Amino acid sequence: MAVTQTATKRGRTAVYLLALAFAVFAGFPFLWAALTMFRQDSDLYVTNHNPFTLTKPATLSHITDLLANTPYLRFILNSVVIGLVTVAITLALSLPAAYALARLAGRWGEKAGIGIFITYLVPPTLLFLPLSRLITTIGLQDSIWSLVIVYPGFTIPLSTWLLMGFFKSIPRDIEEQAQVDGYSRTGAVARTVIPLALPGIFTVIVFTFTLTMQDFIYALAFISSSSNLTVSVGVPTVLIRGDVFYWQSLMASAIIVAVPVALLYNIFLDKFIRGFTLGAVKG
Amino acid sequence: MTVAEESASGRAAGRWRARYLFDRERLLGPAMMLPAVVYLILVVAYPLVLAFLYAFSDVTTGSQSLHFVGFRTFIAAVQDPVFLTTLRNTFVFTAVSQLLVVVLSTVLAFVLTADFRGRWVVRLLVLMPWATPVALSSVIWLWMLDSIFSPFDWFAQVLGIVPSGGHIVFLGQSGLAMGSVIALQTWRVLPLATVILIAGLSAIPADVKDAAEVDGAGFWRRLFGITLPLLTPVMTVALLFGIVFTFTDMAVVYVLTGGGPGNATQVLASWAFYKGINGGNLAVGAADALIMFPVLLGLAAIMLRLASRAEVT
Repeated sequence: MAVTQTATKRGRTAVYLLALAFAVFAGFPFLWAALTMFRQDSDLYVTNHNPFTLTKPATLSHITDLLANTPYLRFILNSVVIGLVTVAITLALSLPAAYALARLAGRWGEKAGIGIFITYLVPPTLLFLPLSRLITTIGLQDSIWSLVIVYPGFTIPLSTWLLMGFFKSIPRDIEEQAQVDGYSRTGAVARTVIPLALPGIFTVIVFTFTLTMQDFIYALAFISSSSNLTVSVGVPTVLIRGDVFYWQSLMASAIIVAVPVALLYNIFLDKFIRGFTLGAVKG
Repeated sequence: MTVAEESASGRAAGRWRARYLFDRERLLGPAMMLPAVVYLILVVAYPLVLAFLYAFSDVTTGSQSLHFVGFRTFIAAVQDPVFLTTLRNTFVFTAVSQLLVVVLSTVLAFVLTADFRGRWVVRLLVLMPWATPVALSSVIWLWMLDSIFSPFDWFAQVLGIVPSGGHIVFLGQSGLAMGSVIALQTWRVLPLATVILIAGLSAIPADVKDAAEVDGAGFWRRLFGITLPLLTPVMTVALLFGIVFTFTDMAVVYVLTGGGPGNATQVLASWAFYKGINGGNLAVGAADALIMFPVLLGLAAIMLRLASRAEVT
């Protein structure tokens, strides 16, 4: 008995120590960035003091400078517009496809589902060169709409897979009962399946949106003028100006995006995992 | 609902639908999938075919037409003295970072499934590197590693590794630069693998673990004898995703080192970008990128085999 108790105690200590180590490993860069964004210049350019404390009072001047004197807000606006339109296109195409895969298709549907998912494994690295020429051909170079057209290429596979999982988790009986009650298939779906799938649909919206913000290569390849850039490309290419690094503003630009995105991500993660694994369940 | 009940109701439902909707459903399914499939063909499959055509041609950003030149473009791409360096770097970058991810994510998944106070804070912090857009976290790492005000310099000074006021040049020496790029990628992919492993851990039936414990198997015995073997398929999925994302990634290298010093951290993806977009040589860029294709094809094949074997119920 005593042996088991010391073993559990040792186990608990190990868990706490490991948890602390991983929290520091994952979180340290963000802590360092968050401290930096409030530093005065005279507090920043010192090589030998403890980097974990502010030695001068915190200042917001670098954050206001970022918002007022750089195209940062424009980048944010572009990213949000691109993200929202991509979400709309993605839902419009993947909702019916996922429903068909979950409900209407038998054997071939399973194959088609895996086929759609496999396209998610075709990386942008293989596609960006031909796409950049195609985008030029249709006259969309240096336009945010080029990204809106291209992003569903990687958001549709993932969201179709997730939605398929959520649809499969809704019992067919509910929908069929509604049809027995006299609703058309469309009516039955609108009245039963869609409301029940709403949490799943919301999860897909969040993950599609954050996925569009991750892109670097397409925006870097297609967009040239700073007023059309996304936050992911604008910050490292435009805000890093020559040899002068405005580190406080740069760190603010990263933290302002990272924190809300991480919170959203954290809230919806459990639903995401459920949908992801449900997609693999046979319907 | 038990499996038997489920399949029984499924059969009944099947008969019901077969009677009333069979004719329409045959068309309805494909019709509902068609828009998504057409879209994916246009923005994924078609450009992929074009990439192959480019790699066998002499196309540049400025040219109006392309001429097929056989393997000449591939040969030119491979004969570039930098090519072998980028190939080696890509494999080192992928192999080392994913090896670290496999080990660390296994430990982290066990930690996060344990019950302890403050777990949600740890989970949030651990997720942040994956949730944050990669280019922005790379900018944060740039500030940690590149400046002479690096916090690591302070640690090194405190520990006496460098003299007071001294500075470690992380991104200017080839070994350390590669180490930095690998560290950033490990940090970034770790949450993804961990999340997948946690899902796998929670799928292991509790009675399997209980039975082993009752039989007197100790912690390590249970870990290596039962849990890890059961976790292997999920681990494989996590690893495959990690490899695909790392093998083809260019953002980390582009922002943190720009491929430097020299081309010490240049990878195939960033090299294809420099050649194809900055250099305007679409053909050579496409050839550089397509060198990755056999590896990706192999990974996709493994993934497909896993998917067809995973008869999850």
